[in-house]
Amino acid sequence: MCTTCGCNHGEIRIEGSAEEARSRPDHHGHGSNAHGHTHTGSHHSSHDHDHHGDSHAGPAAGAPFPSGEAARSPNLVSIEQSILAKNKRFADENRSCWSELGILSLNLVSSPGAGKTSLLVKTLEALRAEMPLWVIEGDQETSNDADRIRQTGVPAIQINTGRGCHLDAHAVGHATADLALRQHGILFIENVGNLVCPAGFDLGEAKRVVILSVTEGTDKPIKYPDAFAAADIMVLSKLDLLPHVDFDASTAIDLAKRVNPTIRVVRTTVTAEGGIDEWLQWLRSMLREAVAAQAAHLENRLATVRSRLSSL
Amino acid sequence: MHELTLATSLVDLASSHAAQHGSRRIVRITIRLGVLCGIARSLYFCFKPAARGTPCEDADLRIIEVPLRVHCDACQQIKTPRALYNFRCPDCGHPAPKVITGREMELVSIELSDTDDARGVNSALPAAEEISARGIMGMAE
Repeated sequence: MCTTCGCNHGEIRIEGSAEEARSRPDHHGHGSNAHGHTHTGSHHSSHDHDHHGDSHAGPAAGAPFPSGEAARSPNLVSIEQSILAKNKRFADENRSCWSELGILSLNLVSSPGAGKTSLLVKTLEALRAEMPLWVIEGDQETSNDADRIRQTGVPAIQINTGRGCHLDAHAVGHATADLALRQHGILFIENVGNLVCPAGFDLGEAKRVVILSVTEGTDKPIKYPDAFAAADIMVLSKLDLLPHVDFDASTAIDLAKRVNPTIRVVRTTVTAEGGIDEWLQWLRSMLREAVAAQAAHLENRLATVRSRLSSL
Repeated sequence: MHELTLATSLVDLASSHAAQHGSRRIVRITIRLGVLCGIARSLYFCFKPAARGTPCEDADLRIIEVPLRVHCDACQQIKTPRALYNFRCPDCGHPAPKVITGREMELVSIELSDTDDARGVNSALPAAEEISARGIMGMAE
């Protein structure tokens, strides 16, 4: 059983055919060593890889404290491998798949009820004419959020994590296989409402977004520092409620910068005209970055091909 | 709850390495945890149920805790902040978000009881920063 990524876990359910992929005979088994990936879905098909390529024989490059324990016992096996290595490999696979398509991928985390889905609905309505958009919804149960997203006309897949408290890179990879991703769009991954557990799990996203609503405590960034330390941007949501609540926005921003000095902050309200403009501007500039990175990557590849051509 | 995911991940990884060495029993697992992971204690509680019925079942889990160290761009030096999640240089106050150590979550080594070339176990004294699993369990009880 692979609980890092949920394979054979029996808890994680992905809407549609991705779920069936789990029981397909060609589905990979994580328990074995050195096997190829044989998905038939579009997502993984071009990324055959060896899951257990890491050698157990020597210390990992860059390990800060070489153990030097090998001399102690003949039965001591030095390993030096990340406990989350499996999730990391799936995350890297997702990241390379999305960046090759020039897609901006975002992992949205917050407490339950911070307004992630409302912000998404508004965002999708504003951007859907400009670019392709996709949504992956993570919740313990129900497909309510994905249903709400689909009403905007944007394709969405619901992942139910059951007793799980966070999304992982493997389930997300499967979900995107059914979203028919194309070039130059934005993939929004709405994580399970939880400020603790999702923080440690890389999904392969380009940017991490943490949403803090003004109906929560001002000191949330230091109460749940991991979520804020791992984010690229903090969205302060429900700004329209500020006059009615005891929330000090400038203190909250100071506290967020204490745990993450480079975090960017945007303010949103979904009830007022222009209330998410700053957020939309950030999204457009990040998509531009993703497409520019794709162009640079393709230019590099083209230069390699040209240089080979000239040598023939 | 994600501690159980991590514990199961650790058990899977350690068990697969034991199998590669022809062993069915691990007597000790040593892992390295950065202080920012904040899960040392809860990992002990999750480790027992996660290890049940696996080669890790009777293993002693040892954690080497790695302190937080950041790089201060202003001082051009590696520093230890005054508190966790206070990513500022303790000397000049400049923001220092570059974490050098403190986020580790690594399986360092396993000690096997019955490899093909077993010649007895030479149990060493714990290093200064190691915490004994039994010690922590004892405190909690």
